[in-house]
Amino acid sequence: MLTKIVRTVTNGFIPFIIIFGLYIIAHGHLTPGGGFQGGAVVVSGVVMLLVAFNSQELKKSLRERVLSIMESTGALIFIILAFIGIGTVFFYNLLVGTPIFGNIPNFGPNPGDIWTGGVIPLMNFAVGLKVIAGLSAVVLAIALFSSGEEVEG
Amino acid sequence: MKRQVTGLILLLVLVAFLLWGMYLVHPFGYPDVSDMDDYMIENSQEETGSNNVVAAVLFDYRGLDTLGEATILFTAVTGVLLLLRLSKQKEKNS
Repeated sequence: MLTKIVRTVTNGFIPFIIIFGLYIIAHGHLTPGGGFQGGAVVVSGVVMLLVAFNSQELKKSLRERVLSIMESTGALIFIILAFIGIGTVFFYNLLVGTPIFGNIPNFGPNPGDIWTGGVIPLMNFAVGLKVIAGLSAVVLAIALFSSGEEVEG
Repeated sequence: MKRQVTGLILLLVLVAFLLWGMYLVHPFGYPDVSDMDDYMIENSQEETGSNNVVAAVLFDYRGLDTLGEATILFTAVTGVLLLLRLSKQKEKNS
């Protein structure tokens, strides 16, 4: 556990880091970034919490069982979304043209519309969930292991 | 001393190969075969509805590769958790 200054600054910054990561995930089909990158940003916030507070302190709120369930859910959503278009071909983008995320943007550079992209935004969310849960679990496990605590699955 | 000389020679060979490869590569932004790039730049917005062509390639055209990437991440996480738990149990037993 570090000093009170570090802890206070961390408490102030964590919401912004998490919101920025979620923004990158949600706008993956419009702006640079996507599920992997936004998930890594959120996990950097988790690492910041881990540095400022004790790993035992963080263990109370971040349970590894919940994290592994989250990661498996993300992988399952990803594969199910890939199988949606199996009628045509694996990973076929079936949602383009439908009311759900189906708008088609004009050709060329344009500001974009959040309601486009077919299954791409949904896959971004699935991959983001997977990356957040997976990397958090790894970081937490390593921190708990190096502090000599029990790693519970 | 002999090992240091051998290492130096190997390093020089490696640097020479890297410089040779750098010299042989095509100029930046001018790929040798650009048909696939042109197709994706022309058609990805219409076909996938995504403004970000990189995301379109990642999750639509080359979705299977992204599935492999996700599998690698899953395997890595599983391996780390498994290894740390196993070594923990071994310490407890001994």
